[in-house]
Amino acid sequence: MSSGVAVDLENITIRFGDFTAVKDANVNINGGDFFSFLGPSGCGKTTILRAVSGFLEPSEGRVLIGGNDMAGIGPNKRPTALIFQNLALFPLMKVWENISFSMEVAGASAAERRKRADELLDMIALGGQGDKLPSELSGGQKQRVAIARALCANPDVLLLDEPLSALDLKLRQHMRTELREIQQRVGITFIYITHDQGEALTMSDNVAVMKAGVIDQIDTGHNIYDDPATPFVASFVGENNVFRGKVKSISGNEAVITTNRSGDLLSRITPAQVGKLAVGDDAMMFIRPEALELAPRDADSKTTISANVINEEFEGNSFSVFLQGDGGKQIKMSVPNLGQDRISVRGENLSLRYDASNAVTMPAGELASE
Amino acid sequence: MKKKMIFSDFFKNNGVVMGCLLIGLVSFWLIFLIILPQLSMLDYSFRFNLPPAEVGGPKDVYTLSNYEHLIYGSDTTHQTYNTVDLKVFVRTIIAAMLVTIFNIFLCYPLAYFLGQSKGSGFVRLLVVLLIIPYWINEILRAFALRIIFGDSGLLNEALMFLHLTSEPIDFIRQDIALYAGLGYAYILLMLFPMYNVIESLDRNQIEAARDMGASWMRIHRRIVIPHAKPGIVSGATMVFMLSAGALAAPQILGGPSSLWFTQLVYQWFNDSLNWQQGAAYAIVLLASTIIIVLTVMKIFKVNMGDIGK
Ligand SMILES: Nc1ncnc2c1ncn2[C@@H]1O[C@H](COP(=O)(O)OP(=O)(O)O)[C@@H](O)[C@H]1O
Ligand SMILES: [Mg+2]
Repeated sequence: MSSGVAVDLENITIRFGDFTAVKDANVNINGGDFFSFLGPSGCGKTTILRAVSGFLEPSEGRVLIGGNDMAGIGPNKRPTALIFQNLALFPLMKVWENISFSMEVAGASAAERRKRADELLDMIALGGQGDKLPSELSGGQKQRVAIARALCANPDVLLLDEPLSALDLKLRQHMRTELREIQQRVGITFIYITHDQGEALTMSDNVAVMKAGVIDQIDTGHNIYDDPATPFVASFVGENNVFRGKVKSISGNEAVITTNRSGDLLSRITPAQVGKLAVGDDAMMFIRPEALELAPRDADSKTTISANVINEEFEGNSFSVFLQGDGGKQIKMSVPNLGQDRISVRGENLSLRYDASNAVTMPAGELASE
Repeated sequence: MKKKMIFSDFFKNNGVVMGCLLIGLVSFWLIFLIILPQLSMLDYSFRFNLPPAEVGGPKDVYTLSNYEHLIYGSDTTHQTYNTVDLKVFVRTIIAAMLVTIFNIFLCYPLAYFLGQSKGSGFVRLLVVLLIIPYWINEILRAFALRIIFGDSGLLNEALMFLHLTSEPIDFIRQDIALYAGLGYAYILLMLFPMYNVIESLDRNQIEAARDMGASWMRIHRRIVIPHAKPGIVSGATMVFMLSAGALAAPQILGGPSSLWFTQLVYQWFNDSLNWQQGAAYAIVLLASTIIIVLTVMKIFKVNMGDIGK
């Protein structure tokens, strides 16, 4: 596999008038990586992508592609191809003309263009559909045509702006796998934008999580899920139960926090925040629903939580039990379905336990809004 | 099947009473204000210009003589052609085409600029500024242009002041004033259909093409113009039809020696009081312009339905 072309963002800040859409972003994307920007809508993802593709010059900082500074280089001169959020296929051109448009621009003959378009159509499993108009294709097929059109120019970096957002759930999940396969086949760098954490986690080598113009964390999907750097990341990526409290004691990379309702709780300090937490600080501890389990009688009180059951839902592969938590927030426990009839009864007081290594503590901060 | 749906939807949306009323009004308008008058003109064009006493008498029969007059200049011999009137006819059609083409080239960049700047306050102001001059009636506008283009008009004064010319240019005699007046008279009918279609073009398509390295020329040729085609054709149709059929601008701005075909029609009706002959001339003009428009639509592969959009 080719090693691919790296993309580096150095201290990128992008302003629109008084409004700062992206603040001091530093990102190093390895050549050949599938890299995702993940964040809620309006956090500045598209803006970053437009700065990489050259439709927009950052107010401060540099964009480097393959180590070359891209300042002053227009979108047509950059080795990037952008797939727009709405695909932006040309509705009045046939599918094969759409796909080979970049070759038309370069002056290739119709025969050459047709040949290359047919190859790409075969690659996206749409062989023989080149003479249709985009409007005659399904959503997923249009999606693939947009990818083929972008790949036709042989870009070093493919930029994808929420390309799956218009598809229905099933197709979206199928296209995830397909996109990842295409990326591995062509071996070029993919920069992918999404507000869907499932997409980011399943496809990416590395993910940057963004909140209101600021990148909170860059890491592998696995590390982001297990060791979130900020309360925002912890609550935005996957489901999480939050416990607020004050730091009571710290030893090494473990801390005990005192909560209102559940007493003292022990957990790991999340790696990004080790050394940044002091006794007496406001802290937040996060435990995933699947890290909670019913506690035996003799369980250590520093890793047990007792709460009243609000209700229970059967999810097929698991049961979700919702319990009364702090400040009106519910605690969710997820229990695998191993043939039990039920886990709890409504109103019952349950003791739940967790491994301290599965819970992370960090300085209190802003949570992702649901 | 589809037609049935259109009707049932129409009644569902408007209610039966309102629906009948609407259909009634539209039918009245079509039948009494368009079809019947035109049919009577058509009928006129095939009749002799008889004194009132003989109308309905034995001499009142159908004839092609009015049409023959346009072609041969006489309804008795076919030896010579009516070169004077035919020249006026051909000149009118060609000049109307040129005015239309000129308007297309003038309006396209403007419509593109207006359409792609997505209704910002400034653009709305520009559109209003374009519309307001049209509150002034056609005759006043034409006379104003006549003053500007006159021997001691603004334009000649300016040209002479700048020493671009030593004596006044006779814009009127050279028909420059006429073409400018015609172009100006219907320019909004070209601009607005174009503006509407271009405004509906997804900007991402332009950016996608730019991302793939397309030049501005290619972006317009391959993306913007194909998208705008129905608007361009719809505007061109209106400008062409109205220019070819214009009367005020040629009367006021035309040179003394050059006639517009509508002026001939007007003369037949008004000066010669020969309505039959005038109707024949008018029908020829109408039929020719319709044939030209339909041919152009065929060449550019535009359907009637696209124009209504
Ligand atoms: N051209 C622009 N002018 C002014 N504000 C903009 C512009 N483009 C984007 N913004 C603002 O920047 C923020 C980030 O937008 P965007 O990057 O599109 O977010 P997303 O993460 O949903 O892709 C939004 O608040 C948006 O309103
Ligand atoms: Mg976006």
